[in-house]
Amino acid sequence: MADASYPDELLYHPEHDWARIDPEGPDPAHPEATLGITWYAQDALGEVVFFEAPAVGTLLVQGAPYAEVESVKAVSDVVAPLSGEVVAVNDALADSPQLINEDSYGEGWLVRIALSDPAERDGLLDAEAYSATLGG
Amino acid sequence: MRRTALFDRHVAAGARLVEFAGWEMPVQYEGVRAEHMSVREHVGMFDVSHMGEIETSGPQALELLQRLISNDLSKVPIGGAQYGLLCREDGGVLDDLFTYRLAADRWLTVTNAANHARDLEWWHAHAGELHEARVDDRIDEYAMLAVQGPRARGLVQEISDAPLPPRMTAATLRLAGSEMLVCGTGYTGEDGVELLLSPADAPALWDELARRGATPAGLAARDTLRLEACYHLYGNDLCTERGPIEAGLGWCCAEDTGFIGSGAVRAVREAGPEEKLVAFAIDGAGIARQGNPIAGGGVVTSGTLSPCLGIGVGLAYVPAERAAVGTRLEIDVRGKMRPALVREKPFYRRPEPLAA
Repeated sequence: MADASYPDELLYHPEHDWARIDPEGPDPAHPEATLGITWYAQDALGEVVFFEAPAVGTLLVQGAPYAEVESVKAVSDVVAPLSGEVVAVNDALADSPQLINEDSYGEGWLVRIALSDPAERDGLLDAEAYSATLGG
Repeated sequence: MRRTALFDRHVAAGARLVEFAGWEMPVQYEGVRAEHMSVREHVGMFDVSHMGEIETSGPQALELLQRLISNDLSKVPIGGAQYGLLCREDGGVLDDLFTYRLAADRWLTVTNAANHARDLEWWHAHAGELHEARVDDRIDEYAMLAVQGPRARGLVQEISDAPLPPRMTAATLRLAGSEMLVCGTGYTGEDGVELLLSPADAPALWDELARRGATPAGLAARDTLRLEACYHLYGNDLCTERGPIEAGLGWCCAEDTGFIGSGAVRAVREAGPEEKLVAFAIDGAGIARQGNPIAGGGVVTSGTLSPCLGIGVGLAYVPAERAAVGTRLEIDVRGKMRPALVREKPFYRRPEPLAA
């Protein structure tokens, strides 16, 4: 939470979401990805107090909101960086939403999806390009 | 955008700064929850220099204020403070404000930042025929700090040359070498003081308070604190489209003074309001926000997570017949219906009663 960071191994959506594509998923034709919000997003929100996960089986569409993350002061849509079906949600966030602040790329992950169109990844940004969108 | 005299201190403390009513203000430093709890458990300090000040003076000052402000200022002794409303002829609320009586015919009224220019115009417009009432804009002459929390008075007393004024009174004292108006008022539900001083003296005072352990707190914590205490926020819970009785502020309306809007206020008081401002808490998860509609009529005007209670709380206007404590509400929170309960005000009351 303390310092800005944008890990090189992740892909980024300009709406401040990250995706970690798992190259060794159960089905190589439909790789899985873990999704979350970036350091910038959690910092802008402040202390997260509520995250309501979508149900397993929900279909996400790239660029469309799929959940809400809420801080004391504000609520913000979470946008899907990639399309796919939710195969797992981070249940720990129900009791400990602050994990999104404390470890936004690790324990604070939001959902895991099976990608419906792996080629969509080509439209995402790498860490350097995403950082550049944040300005000074 | 305007900056307060403490802008550099906020930057140095790592504050997140936001635009608020034309001012660049600190919304939070370390985090709203930590700042909130500092005020509840120890002592926090807020830069509220964006708030405006209007001085009304002269032999007809009281006459002018009695026309403008809803409460009865003739009851305020020299050194006293009183809360009241500024209303339109139709009873719509233009502002809520504290007025301090500095001398027999000298009064200082603190305005909300967003309303200051409009308030000042209103003052001047109604001062017209009262030739012996003088109206002066004092916004540039004052910085304002709120020091709040169970340790606030003790901490401020350490740097004061005289005993602090009791609650709801004000006195000119020297603090850390600078003269200022010390007021026993606040907006957090805790004991504490508000300090009105020359902007040039504000940074040194801020540093001295910080050295003695006051935690800087931002506008975000100010909002969660006031909401737990069920204090109204102008622009949320008060507006020109609603009157004092609907807002539950009949206690600060003295219709017999004939203030502007008193006729409308009297009529609503006698007939009973169609809607009332209630405090509510959400059952389970979810936080209602300003603008969320309520099933069967009504709207949320303020909503947040209560850091002390750990649940979503807020204020809402509902039809009068559904305003009783214990009434069940369904609030439409961005398309999801959240059950809520009308609760007693306030959500938070400080543990020990004050020796006033």
